[in-house]
Amino acid sequence: MIGSSIFVFIFAMWILIIIGGGIAVLILAPISITDYGELNLIISSGIKAVISIALVISWIFILSKVKNWIFRTTLKV
Amino acid sequence: MEQQIIAAIIVPATAFFTVFLITPFLIKALENRNSTVKDYHRKGGAMIARPGGPSLIAGIIISGIVLYSFFPMMEITAILITTSLAFFVGLVDDKKIMSGWFKPLALAATAIPILVLGVYDSDLAFPLFGEVKIPLLYIAVVVIMISITGNTINSIDVLNGVASGFMVIAATALTISLIILQKYEIAILSLSLVFVSLAFYKYHKFPSTIFPGDSGALTLGVMYGAIAIVGEVEVIAAVALGPAIINSFLFLSSMKRIVEHREIKAKPITLTEDFMLKATSDRDASVTLVRLILAGGKPLSEKKIGFVIFRLTIFSGILSIITALMMGVSL
Repeated sequence: MIGSSIFVFIFAMWILIIIGGGIAVLILAPISITDYGELNLIISSGIKAVISIALVISWIFILSKVKNWIFRTTLKV
Repeated sequence: MEQQIIAAIIVPATAFFTVFLITPFLIKALENRNSTVKDYHRKGGAMIARPGGPSLIAGIIISGIVLYSFFPMMEITAILITTSLAFFVGLVDDKKIMSGWFKPLALAATAIPILVLGVYDSDLAFPLFGEVKIPLLYIAVVVIMISITGNTINSIDVLNGVASGFMVIAATALTISLIILQKYEIAILSLSLVFVSLAFYKYHKFPSTIFPGDSGALTLGVMYGAIAIVGEVEVIAAVALGPAIINSFLFLSSMKRIVEHREIKAKPITLTEDFMLKATSDRDASVTLVRLILAGGKPLSEKKIGFVIFRLTIFSGILSIITALMMGVSL
């Protein structure tokens, strides 16, 4: 079937989104800062932003690896 | 509920017939003004009217106003203003060739009405695991999402009928997901996006008589993104966009920078003598979804490639609906 490996890639992307969501809820959500008064929200958001960016970078890295693994036979670039 | 059912019939019908009736006049007007571009994949290189954005935005605005008369909600206003701004960004890009950074940055600015009118919920919902509260970070999510949805639909607009057909399928999945999550008013607006795209597909499908242009593709993509944010279905919407996201991801990971397609000399696909498309072996060419579909196989017609993309989108759409169903399940 034409493009069958792309179906696998889309499915892998979906699984990664669900796992990423789980990590976001289980690791990001519980983060809360309490000792800095009005800065609490900004500091906790900053920490969450850093973790989120790290998650996105790892997500792209894993997706690149999955891409190379799935398409290495069809796309020699 | 009775009012919602009536609106669910009238609003999409208004959207469909507005685009369906206006587009032939737009095609004639564009052809008279020589606002046409060559279709390089077509035998003889036919000249095709462009851009189709004006008829799409007309359908969206008119049907949006009808929906607003049923449900005077700030959410509808915000989606319509954001979409209109995206249309103007696209129109600028249609008239004048802008740099690769212009669209992402200008589209980011179109998210301002959503932020100013405060029609978003800063809790980001994920399937199975629940929600995460990201009050400040969510502002960045809104801006990035609008920019990404607009640009991904624009970048998949490479073959006859693909952008509009893709949007019919993705927005249908989004509408079903919104209904599952009982966000009926936004679902009706999403349904009007389905019917606007469907009416346009009639003229855009192979062989096209009009191309949406940047104004059309960005209008469709940004409206989709705005509906996702206001309807609180960001993750579901991202899943439904699967093939378009893969296309952008492959393009960026092969080019390693943000660049306009037209700036790249090496083409990812070439034409055979009988006007079939085949993947190039040029290592400098970008990797795209179409190139991936053609890689390792025999050349295909433009129409057949379009149908492969639609099958991939249906698969993504099914995954997005499953995601919506999983929103109600908690581990």
